[in-house]
Amino acid sequence: MSESFDPQRWRPAPFLPEAEARDGTLIFVVAVLCFLACLTAMGVIAADRAAAGWTGQLTGEATVIVRPKGGETPDAAAARAAEALAGTAGVTEARALEPAKAYDLIRPWLGDVTDIEDLPVPRLVAVTLDGRHPADAAKLRAALQSQNVDATVDDHSVWIKDIRRAGGVVKVLGTCVFLLIAAAAAAVVAFATRAGLAARRDVVEVLHLAGAEDGAIARLFQARFARVAAQAGLIGAGAAAVVGAVLRIAGGGGGLTPALPVAWIDLLAVIPCPLLAATVAAIAAQVTATRLIRAMP
Amino acid sequence: MSRNPVAAAASRAAEEVVRFDDVSMRYGRGPDVLSELNFGLAPGSFHFVTGPSGAGKSSLLKLIYLAAKPSKGRLHLFGQDVAAGPASEKPQLRRRIGVVFQDQVLLDHLSVFDNAALPLRIAGRKPAEYRTDVAELLNWVGLGSRMDAMPATLAGGERQRLAIARAVVNRPDILLADEPTGNVDHEMAVRIFRLFVELNKLGATVLIATHDQDLIARSGRPVLHLEGGRIAQRPAPGLAQGLT
Repeated sequence: MSESFDPQRWRPAPFLPEAEARDGTLIFVVAVLCFLACLTAMGVIAADRAAAGWTGQLTGEATVIVRPKGGETPDAAAARAAEALAGTAGVTEARALEPAKAYDLIRPWLGDVTDIEDLPVPRLVAVTLDGRHPADAAKLRAALQSQNVDATVDDHSVWIKDIRRAGGVVKVLGTCVFLLIAAAAAAVVAFATRAGLAARRDVVEVLHLAGAEDGAIARLFQARFARVAAQAGLIGAGAAAVVGAVLRIAGGGGGLTPALPVAWIDLLAVIPCPLLAATVAAIAAQVTATRLIRAMP
Repeated sequence: MSRNPVAAAASRAAEEVVRFDDVSMRYGRGPDVLSELNFGLAPGSFHFVTGPSGAGKSSLLKLIYLAAKPSKGRLHLFGQDVAAGPASEKPQLRRRIGVVFQDQVLLDHLSVFDNAALPLRIAGRKPAEYRTDVAELLNWVGLGSRMDAMPATLAGGERQRLAIARAVVNRPDILLADEPTGNVDHEMAVRIFRLFVELNKLGATVLIATHDQDLIARSGRPVLHLEGGRIAQRPAPGLAQGLT
């Protein structure tokens, strides 16, 4: 008997080899897919937050353009409008903007005009709406009409609609990309399982002919590929979290661009990735392995 | 009163561990490699299968160890129609059959000890129950000093002996061997044959495919002679013994 070998201390070795030469390539490919999936998920969350922020800002405010009537001065008309709106339910504050602000707003369209004050620029009233029960445009118009003020109400509804639509499109596109990447990962794992089974046909045949049940053989490959995918998922998710953290640190709370305001909490989106990758791999491996084993006599 | 032939066939199949009823076999769409075989093996019998290369010896064994399906006819194992039973029963049937393959299919990533213990692990036995038995068996086949070696480091004869140890470790009810002494010296061939005889005495039904006419002659065991995929009528002394 071999001097170093003691049968009483023997422990059964795994039926499948612990590692295969091709594992490195598979881990790399699945890790890249997981990285892209995590970035997509974080991107969708950030874009959704940006759209929600803009919508919130726009829905909380309205702008009223006031035109003076008869001999009334523009400032007096604006003050009367602000007074009428301030007493309306659903309005927190109504404030007539100074003429200089109105000039500042139109100056970019007119260029360097020296006698801009002589132009009949309408006065603006900035209205801050109640966050819980905001007054709508019709209510504001009614309040102005009751005080006989000639004005136009802009409750930003056109912009809100566009921003909501853009946010929805980003979300749907992001989800589609995410699902595509998950499907690609599943296909890669299924392909790798098939190749792994072909390379380890000797193991499958020996176990099969020695009386191992089909499900037990399939579970070996299921566990193996789930472990490999979980490893890859961990690497991909970790890399995506690092990129997210860099973006957060570099861009601050506002993000690198206003369209992608990354928050620290967004990094939590990568946490389910290893588990999801392992689940996708386990299902793909189980289906592929069972199909191949059942084709045996 | 005449006996119903269908009932007689069913009764015969129930008494035998292996029963071929009009069994043919082919690979894919090729010609029949086995044609209309009709024979049975009684429990505890010991037979040789002979015949020229391509006669269908290995295919016959493949049918019995369920690595192939008949293209025609009915195959019964342990009184059970193999085609009629659910697929989930096949693993249980396979566990009762030990096979020594012609090409010694060993798992190269497992040690000699792990390879030998494989059928016991698959059967769900605990290591504490069989560690000593496996070690004794490996000593018996001359691999006591190679228990922790990997198969890639074994010589051809050592691989053959390991394959034999793995086939018999579970004390199968049927032992099939395809040229089991092809790669071993005369002394080891005799030892292996004795092992098969011992297992046969313990109740195993043994079927050995071989070209070794010397071994067949010395054993005095019955012979199943195949030619062109059919059992040839040959006036060998042991042909009818144990065959039904």
